[in-house]
Amino acid sequence: MSDQNNLIVYLEYEDGKVADVSLELLTKGRSLASQLGIKLEAVVAGDKLEGIEKQVFPYGVDRLYKVQDDRLYPYTSLPHSSILINLFRKIKPQIAFMGATSIGRDLGPRVSSCLHSGLTADCTSLEIGSHTDPKTKKDYDNLLLQIRPAFGGNIVATIVNPDCRPQMATVREGVMKKEILDPDYKGEVVELDVNEYTSPEDFVVEIIDRQVAKSKVNLKGSPIIVAGGYGVGSKENFDLLQQLADTLGAEVGASRAAVDAGWVDHDRQIGQTGVTVRPKLYIACGISGQIQHIAGMQDSSIIISVNNDPAAPINTIADYVITGNIEDVLPRLIKYYKKNSK
Amino acid sequence: MSFNIIVLAKQVPDTRNVGKDAMKEDGTINRAALPAIFNPEDLNALEQALQIKDRFPGTKVTLLTMGPPRAAEIVREGLYRGADGGIVLSDRAFAGADTLATSYALATAAKKIGDFDIIIGGRQAIDGDTAQVGPQIAEKLGLPQVTYAEEITDIKDGKAIVTRRIECGVETVSCPLPLVVTVNGSAAPCRPRNAKALMKYKRAASLTEVAGDQAKIDYIEARPYLKVQEWNAAYVDADLQQCGLAGSPTKVKGIENVVFTAKDARNVPATDEELEGLIKELIANHTIG
Repeated sequence: MSDQNNLIVYLEYEDGKVADVSLELLTKGRSLASQLGIKLEAVVAGDKLEGIEKQVFPYGVDRLYKVQDDRLYPYTSLPHSSILINLFRKIKPQIAFMGATSIGRDLGPRVSSCLHSGLTADCTSLEIGSHTDPKTKKDYDNLLLQIRPAFGGNIVATIVNPDCRPQMATVREGVMKKEILDPDYKGEVVELDVNEYTSPEDFVVEIIDRQVAKSKVNLKGSPIIVAGGYGVGSKENFDLLQQLADTLGAEVGASRAAVDAGWVDHDRQIGQTGVTVRPKLYIACGISGQIQHIAGMQDSSIIISVNNDPAAPINTIADYVITGNIEDVLPRLIKYYKKNSK
Repeated sequence: MSFNIIVLAKQVPDTRNVGKDAMKEDGTINRAALPAIFNPEDLNALEQALQIKDRFPGTKVTLLTMGPPRAAEIVREGLYRGADGGIVLSDRAFAGADTLATSYALATAAKKIGDFDIIIGGRQAIDGDTAQVGPQIAEKLGLPQVTYAEEITDIKDGKAIVTRRIECGVETVSCPLPLVVTVNGSAAPCRPRNAKALMKYKRAASLTEVAGDQAKIDYIEARPYLKVQEWNAAYVDADLQQCGLAGSPTKVKGIENVVFTAKDARNVPATDEELEGLIKELIANHTIG
């Protein structure tokens, strides 16, 4: 195994914790790296990084590059880009992953532009496969197949970067599964000198204020989700969903249409451009079932659709279909739950 | 104090109304078959530019769009809302570009415009949702970038003060000019068309749009403010190897329509008995409760 040509994951780090999305990418990266017979590497840039390797080695990381400097936290585009660009030039990874977060989606394009390597945003699936160029008939083996929705979710496209390296992709939080490989897995730590990888001009952007508001919404972790769409009709009607959610101990989610209408906050959006969820029970209220929404909840164990349109597309993937108005159905669900639960 | 602002705008197919003939066999989009709109977040970006123009009179707002000649439509839309001029970057050599080749072409056009302080665009376009072109243009021009912007609150001492809305909250950054900014859809919505501007610019057109109609050509040539500029690859000195399909490291291997496996749904009539029965069933099998 070589020190070049490996698979690398950019780690996001906040409050002493590696972000879930980064751990999910390590899990995916480990399995692809093993398939290709290459090493899994990770890179983290920030402040107070002591002991971070303990969090990531169990995911099967063979080598962790650390760049420690207080100017590297909070994240700003230029120094983090420079670190990746200079590191990638040196270690020439064949594949690089980052989260499709406000950081990864700021950093990835900048790095890919400088290295002239392709970048595929918001992948929903990553596989290794072969490809034949339709024009030159040249065959490529062991390419990263980057699968992503396109065109508002109406199609799924498979993207390849045949000739440019690294093959880069971003993935949203919750799309890949997070799984420890071996709690005792041993990797190596390589400390990099910030001055070798950044220049003073990289620090021209200054963060003058930062109001961190931890989202109280935990859609991903909730076993029951009551979600509303455009058919809910108003902000007031969303209170009904909240009441049902409170009764069942659930979280309230929403489709893009309901978020765009301003009835619900952005952090409750479920779907390709929001969160992907896999709850035990998903109650879809007034959601028609745009592909972009279904892609983010189709793996729910049980789906109940409450909709006044019996032909709503979401009904085709539902386990139970209740045809009716939510103003009428939801209060009764609350009533009967209270009556029958102990 | 006044500034020169380039607003990046894209005419996009309305992905909320997609039909079967929307994709060509080579995996690129058949734009001709779809209604074309001003990319929503680019309108939020235009509003930020216009607010700077309100605060700093003499500021010039220029729309820059890449696309087929019909993209002149969104330049006109921008003029109606308060922009001062616009350019359509159009050439067959740009066709089939991925985000990298797109940002290369737009960066060459920005260089041709030359004297700018701010390049501002929407965070992402609804046809691709990649959010890559803004940061890639910044990199190609060697400029700092501020993405996920909510508002440019001030410009002083050669620096823009920008608030960003990101997952973990709100951040305010100070960034020296010139810079590239990309704006969220949750930022202030764009002001509507202005009646005076509508009157002034309703005959604005590109030469392609009025081709063959000498009276219209003469009218526009006599009034340069009505002429929507059309620039091609040669005009912006673009290296053709970096444009279009040739300049795109990513290739579309395949396209599939999205099909979900249908389940056997049980219809639950919205009667009291049935709803209570469903709740009892879900409690009994420990789904809820």
